[in-house]
Amino acid sequence: MTRSSRPSAWKLLRHNHIAFFGLCLFLLVTVIALVAPILPLSAPNDTAPAERLLRPLSEGRLLGTDHLGRDLLSRLIWGARVSISVGLSATLIASVIGSALGLIAGFAGGRTDNVLMRGVDMLMAFPYILLALAIVAALGPGLSNALYAIALVNIPFFARNIRGVTLSLTRRDFVDAARLSGKGPVRILLTEILPNVAPIIVITMSTTLGWMILETAGLSFLGLGAQPPQADLGAMLGEGRKLLFTAPHVSVIPGLMIFALVMSVNLIGDGVRDVLDPKLKSGSLTRPSAMTEVQSADAKSSPAPDISATQDALAVRNLQTEFLVGTDIYKAVGGVSFELGKGECLGLVGESGSGKSVTAMSLLRLAPTPPGRIVSGQIWRSGEDLLSFPLHRIQALRGGEIAYIFQDPLSSLHPLFSVGAQVAEAIQAHQPYSHREAWRAAVSLLEQVRLPNAASIAHSYPHELSGGMRQRVCIAMALANHPQIIVADEPTTALDVTVQAQVLKLMNQQRKQNEAAALLFITHDFGVVSEICDRVAVMYAGRIVEVGAAGEVLNKPAHPYTRLLINCVPIPGRNQDRLPAIPGSPPAVNNLPAGCAFADRCPFAEGDCRNGDIRLRPLGENRFARCIKPLWKTAP
Amino acid sequence: MSMSATLLTASNLTRHYGGGRGWLGRRKPLIQAVQGVDLCIQPGATLGIVGESGCGKSTLARMLVGLDQPSAGHLLLDGKSWPDQSRSERKRLHSQIQYVFQDSLSALNPRKTIRAILEAPMDHLLGMERNARYRRLQELMEAVGLRPELLERYPHELSGGQAQRIGIARALAAQPQILVLDEPVSALDVSIQAQVLNLLQDLQQHYRLAYVFISHDLAVVEAVSDVVAVMYFGRIVEQAPAGELFRSPKHPYTRLLLDSIPLPGKKGLRGESETIELPDPAAPPQGCPFAPRCVNARDKCRHEQPRLRPMEGEERIAACHFPLVF
Repeated sequence: MTRSSRPSAWKLLRHNHIAFFGLCLFLLVTVIALVAPILPLSAPNDTAPAERLLRPLSEGRLLGTDHLGRDLLSRLIWGARVSISVGLSATLIASVIGSALGLIAGFAGGRTDNVLMRGVDMLMAFPYILLALAIVAALGPGLSNALYAIALVNIPFFARNIRGVTLSLTRRDFVDAARLSGKGPVRILLTEILPNVAPIIVITMSTTLGWMILETAGLSFLGLGAQPPQADLGAMLGEGRKLLFTAPHVSVIPGLMIFALVMSVNLIGDGVRDVLDPKLKSGSLTRPSAMTEVQSADAKSSPAPDISATQDALAVRNLQTEFLVGTDIYKAVGGVSFELGKGECLGLVGESGSGKSVTAMSLLRLAPTPPGRIVSGQIWRSGEDLLSFPLHRIQALRGGEIAYIFQDPLSSLHPLFSVGAQVAEAIQAHQPYSHREAWRAAVSLLEQVRLPNAASIAHSYPHELSGGMRQRVCIAMALANHPQIIVADEPTTALDVTVQAQVLKLMNQQRKQNEAAALLFITHDFGVVSEICDRVAVMYAGRIVEVGAAGEVLNKPAHPYTRLLINCVPIPGRNQDRLPAIPGSPPAVNNLPAGCAFADRCPFAEGDCRNGDIRLRPLGENRFARCIKPLWKTAP
Repeated sequence: MSMSATLLTASNLTRHYGGGRGWLGRRKPLIQAVQGVDLCIQPGATLGIVGESGCGKSTLARMLVGLDQPSAGHLLLDGKSWPDQSRSERKRLHSQIQYVFQDSLSALNPRKTIRAILEAPMDHLLGMERNARYRRLQELMEAVGLRPELLERYPHELSGGQAQRIGIARALAAQPQILVLDEPVSALDVSIQAQVLNLLQDLQQHYRLAYVFISHDLAVVEAVSDVVAVMYFGRIVEQAPAGELFRSPKHPYTRLLLDSIPLPGKKGLRGESETIELPDPAAPPQGCPFAPRCVNARDKCRHEQPRLRPMEGEERIAACHFPLVF
């Protein structure tokens, strides 16, 4: 499924016009150079003193002749042949030796790594051209010696790149798994690590090839590479240098050829890197815009405010958020409506991929665009639709009236600033406090979340704190500007169970103290829901399937999904022999079935469940389920 | 516990990191990850190990399967000292004890097909022929409940639940007697978690496997284990048959863990409310490492480290000077 929706490497390269142009140019030059022996050219080294320094486009001499009357076109093609083959061979030699060194150093680590890498560092310490000159001086001038010199000076580049990649791969679990499968170190290196390093080697090769061609030309230009009369682009340039004013074409033509060759190789190299680099492949270089794009027809027409919703802190109506990946549309949120009462705690429960986080992110337009966009819905707050707000008004709300607490406190805190400074910054972003006042307020907030020695902890950095303490800092930041709504996205999932209990207790205390703040609590854990939530909305495949008071939904679920999900959570002390698992897995939101998304896994499903859209039906007071056969019904 | 032959015995298993002196003679801090752990693993039984992050449970698991070397103590696998053995003997012993990783996807090489991944242990540990491998692959895929078409797929094309099933299949491919499962379901959604737990139960019955089941989730550990060991700060602090442990914990830390679990449909969480400073692993306290958090701690607890000792009239051991009474 994923394979078909992601374009292949070749297709990606083909669509990169610049890289494709480079590839065509390089192939053209290479093919001409390859077939040089059968082309109707005069021999490259045949001198004709009578025809010295003919201009280009002379009769029979398309590119003219040089100072010895040799045909420039022929020399150019034969010269390109030499330059390309030397460049390619040097790249191959450098990549094989350099990659082997990098692989061994990265995999073996310890002393081997130290010895090999210090050797490579020594090679790097010399200016490369000086080193190449020294090697050629020692071995004597000549094309093959120039080749060795160029290969040698480029080994460190490969070795360092490959070592870094190998080092990070060696610590991955799959290497341990291969060890447990009985593979020895050599086999692990060759069959497990090398295939993962290979794309990086190709990228490095494609980016160095142009450089190598240039270096070959450079050494030949200095008279240390190709020896006369052999044609080589660098040597031709060197010979033409003396005639730059009398016969500029003699040096300009090989110069242009070098330029075209190196440029085409570099363009291919950039293209190959873009195609093979997994980070660039997933499109992470396209920076998401500051807020989620809204492509909603109803947002533009801005319907009359929902009067019934004005007493709520927030009312969401038919919110739909989609992600466009390749050609597939993922309906992450497929029409979600709920109200969040003032001071209320609403739990949004569901499994991964149910759309609960995207719903939360969409409220303040935090879902990344591209690939995300909101295609429909309204989010009402005080009679205004947040989806019609311009960026500056959304930014004023973020961390102000509406604050977020995220799952992983370590990644949501900045590693280089003290936690006190980060809380103070959050305050200053919304309130006109001086630096000192903000710091004082930050310390009192840290006290409020019951961090011991708040005044000294304010000076510590996130990595110095435990997970529970970091999450308390995040809660302090969320409380900084007296929010009316706090959106907490799995705030205790990354914490240990004893720390989770501490944080849940803290959040309950804070709610009692700040009566006004409403809490939208996103979690997958029904235990956490019962502890903290007043109401709960259960999500499945991008839609709410059941809503009601937390105690009622948990003790008397109406939707089969809710009941089955609650039943398959093991409860300590209940000593179940076998857990009642739900068969199958949730549907992919890019390919939702017609009717009820849960029908395929539901033991009660019948024909009607798979027909048409099933609405959220009222079951009792403030109780709804998206099911045509709910587990219970109130008497009409 | 029955008197059947013990498969794996760990005695006084210890692992520390760091220590010694650095380049310029500076003392490096010594971190005690696992300290003096004794374990016995019986055929067909499940030993659950529960603890919070940093308690040493993963280090212990890696030592059991031979991915990490103990700094002190012994492991006896099948009556032989493990893992220091000749290469061929090591291979034979390796096929006896296998490991299931927490992050199943990262434990699968992204550039290999599922077939190549599953064939590796059959080829390198058991030296199976091509035809035998083929038959075994079909059997394995059926055992873990996956369609054989998946064999030609690459890991990134699998869902989390499928990837964990492949992880289990790979561990089974070597025909082990013991599986060490390190948080095998904690990355999965609850509905998938229940499927995988049930699968593990079926496989245990079918192949008469012994499990070492490591998790931070008490409820999950209780559901699968015969005996549960609770780890805190590198040590086992309490060990008892699963039902008894959860009915009446004797160590205050076990009690705290139980009290900290929020239960569906119930409100009023017990457990701690203050932030607790955990002991510094580089400078362990003199007495009981849990004493600073313990409501019952007395002077003795702060000065004398309690040893694991049997509790009267029970198949239980606990390391507490003043065990809880009910």
